Amino acid sequence: MLELTINGETRRVEVEGDTPLLWVLRDTLGLTGTKYGCGIAQCGACTVLVDGTAMRSCVTPADSVVGTQVMTIEAVERDPVGAKVVEAWVEKQVAQCGYCQSGQVMAATALLKQTPKPTEDDIAAGMTNLCRCGTYNAIAAALRQASA
Amino acid sequence: MDGMIHPGSDAILQAGPVELAIPETGIANLSRRGLLGSAAGALLLGVMLKGRPARAQGEGLAAAAPRPGTQVPAFLEIRQDGTVRLLSPFVEGGQGIATAMAQIVGEELDVDPARFVVDCAPPGADYLVVNGRRLTGGSYSVRSSYGTMRQLGATARNLMIRAAAARLNLPEAELETENGTVIHRRSNRSLTYAELVEAAWRLPPSEVAALRDPATFRWIGKPVPRIDVRDKSTGRAQYAIDLTVENMLHAAVQHAPRLGQEPASFGNEAAVRAMPGVHSIQRLPGAVAVLADSWWRARRAVETLEVTWNDGQHARALPADFSSAGMLAALRGERGAGSPAEENGDLRAAFAGAAKVIEAEYDAPYLAHAQLEPPSAIARFNEDGTLELWLPNQAPEMFQASAARMAGLEPGKVKIHSPMLGGFFGRHFLYDAAMPYPQAIALARAVGRPVKVLWTREEEFLRDAYRPIGFARFRGAVGADGMPVALHASAVGEGPIGRYFTPDRPVDSSMVEGIAGKPYSIAAKRVDCVKVKQPPVISFWRSVGHSMNDFFYESFLDELADAGGRDPFEMRLAMLSDKPRQATLLRAVAELSGGWKRGPFELDGVRRARGVAMASPFGSEVATIAEVSIGEGEIRVHDLWIAIDPGRAVNPAIIEAQVQSAAAIGLSSSLLEEVTYEGGAPQQRNFDTYSILPPARMPRIHVRIVESGAALGGVGEPGVPGVPPAVANAVAALTGQRIRSLPMSKVRLGA
Ligand code: FES
Ligand code: FES
Repeated sequence: MLELTINGETRRVEVEGDTPLLWVLRDTLGLTGTKYGCGIAQCGACTVLVDGTAMRSCVTPADSVVGTQVMTIEAVERDPVGAKVVEAWVEKQVAQCGYCQSGQVMAATALLKQTPKPTEDDIAAGMTNLCRCGTYNAIAAALRQASA
Repeated sequence: MDGMIHPGSDAILQAGPVELAIPETGIANLSRRGLLGSAAGALLLGVMLKGRPARAQGEGLAAAAPRPGTQVPAFLEIRQDGTVRLLSPFVEGGQGIATAMAQIVGEELDVDPARFVVDCAPPGADYLVVNGRRLTGGSYSVRSSYGTMRQLGATARNLMIRAAAARLNLPEAELETENGTVIHRRSNRSLTYAELVEAAWRLPPSEVAALRDPATFRWIGKPVPRIDVRDKSTGRAQYAIDLTVENMLHAAVQHAPRLGQEPASFGNEAAVRAMPGVHSIQRLPGAVAVLADSWWRARRAVETLEVTWNDGQHARALPADFSSAGMLAALRGERGAGSPAEENGDLRAAFAGAAKVIEAEYDAPYLAHAQLEPPSAIARFNEDGTLELWLPNQAPEMFQASAARMAGLEPGKVKIHSPMLGGFFGRHFLYDAAMPYPQAIALARAVGRPVKVLWTREEEFLRDAYRPIGFARFRGAVGADGMPVALHASAVGEGPIGRYFTPDRPVDSSMVEGIAGKPYSIAAKRVDCVKVKQPPVISFWRSVGHSMNDFFYESFLDELADAGGRDPFEMRLAMLSDKPRQATLLRAVAELSGGWKRGPFELDGVRRARGVAMASPFGSEVATIAEVSIGEGEIRVHDLWIAIDPGRAVNPAIIEAQVQSAAAIGLSSSLLEEVTYEGGAPQQRNFDTYSILPPARMPRIHVRIVESGAALGGVGEPGVPGVPPAVANAVAALTGQRIRSLPMSKVRLGA
């Protein structure tokens, strides 16, 4: 039994401690906005915020986030930075298939929380999630808008 | 044969059902040859393409079935809150088809597309709007259904007006509509569609409801925002992988390393059974599954299971010594003449009289689709005897027919749900052993509970149906003036059209498209199709044969330009003197890039060069220019300029987004992607070894849409094929090094 804080709520989950956070979110808690793409920290589809920092939840053991604040895409609009990011994502019409975009939005939110005015280098360093639909230029444009 | 050009895979998609029908005997033959196979997962794409209308569900089916696309209530639900739910014939997977359908229907219905909710329709005769069939692919959705869906919207609007006329006791001619409301201006009365819908849907539809004058379009042809972006930016969009049904078990699978092997024995069965949450271990054709109360537990258990694999009987079993290198060597070694796909002029005389003759061989590797959503499927047998499936698919009726055969049910007893796709690029047609739903059906039946099967990324890359290896041999000649006078090309191998649709035709259009049918005038040319079977399960991959063939052809064209001492851009323009559509486009892309310059030149202290290429895929025309430099032995692509002529633009914003997306995947395939086989097994099992384009390597992409007014062309795939040759031609201009084998990352470049 683990006690986790997800989107500001305390949740008790009956899982092995080394279960990746991703699967606790998706299968145990039904928070399916966080996506599975690779399971080995390559694609970033599973990105969530742990104490404000972007983490790839597919390789984050659930017991390692006990005592932290986990934020998922489901709560992103309740965060002022996250809400701004979502608006920019909508305005710049970023999504195509959309499958990677939960992770992209979370990565962007983490970046802007840490670096409100990112340089192009900051963006390159902070935004490394893969997008098979090639929305990278739209992502960069939306980020610039959200940080303007 | 003179002047003959074989149609590409595009033409196959456009062919009516009669043309495409594989005769029953053909199916039997195919089956004997093993394409249908016997295992639960063995399927054939072509079999379902006869356009046999599935029985409509729900609505009483009249003696003579109505024409697809005409039954308004089958498509439109007008809700009390003013929103409209459209059951679309097509599945949304990033290409923007949900928005395009909302634009087209909304324009005629007179409802703002922003008020639409669009879902993929279940199987049914009403939705067979693609020449009597239905599939989402071939960049063909809008092209095939534009007229039908416009008429559907107009018919629905006409029903609303007639219902309002009856209700208000007014002549129809005095009524207008405005964004979901019927209005009578003189008396200032109005009724919403929601208020009218019940009566409206009961009226007999008019066959001749008038269409709107295109000059007054508000949404068609405009950059209307996509209707799904907010849900996709907030995690609310649901894909197959996100769905659950009550009381279901989760299944994870381990496939045989080599297709054709079967599970023989387990080393640690008791230990695995005792792992937390495990329900059972199940054998499947070519795989084992563990069922558990959560997917992670199922996965961990199935990966713990020690399985010994034996050789089995699968129709597509891969030989234990099969390798991609061996396959390529076999293609290279094939010297047969094949069958002509295009032939024009006196080739022998043209070569004999030429000033200079050159030859070259080109190849491209197996590719994975690498759509970001791993495949999954939920199967549930219901108490009423129906089977319900939730699964990613590009063709609901085909999956319905296949699932019905597998489950021993009438097709009408199989309900198909087609959720939004997390990318597809050709992945979700029926391919042998490449889909999880046969496993879900078998498991649900075995345990008497609903089962959700989800493949790990590793299992997905192991069983994806790959783009085939491509190989082409060229011989070309230039005259004394340096212009090409003769071209002989042979495409060697196998393509998905030949395998799944036209096995008995001498020419496999998907092998030659992008080599045959090029617009350039060359006095003597011949393109041969030399068929050599490839053992792996092969597939459609974004832009199909074009994805590699235009690379082969347009690269060789630059080699000819060099041989003749000609500038490759000016040479192309001269070869298009009687092709105004393509010549205009080529000029357009040059202008977009600030005027053609090949280089090398220096910019920001970096030596760069540009390359150009053209392609004619899926009814559209595309011209591409790439600017590259070399850094640390790696190709850096700085800019891509792409001009596309799709005839007309239904949504310029979506076209631009699709061209960006297509360019990215085209560049990814140019630079990075490759599946290799060794010992009968693919070696790349996740994104650590199968690289796709990362954000750091994304160039600036500049798109210009040229509307020539030609027939509507596709927009989802055409941006792909120009990119690899434009990049290769730029690299050659910069370094003098001609890359003839993809991906380019295999070559270390110095400059
Ligand atoms: S699923 Fe976690 S990085 Fe890909
Ligand atoms: S939008 Fe499809 S993977 Fe990024």
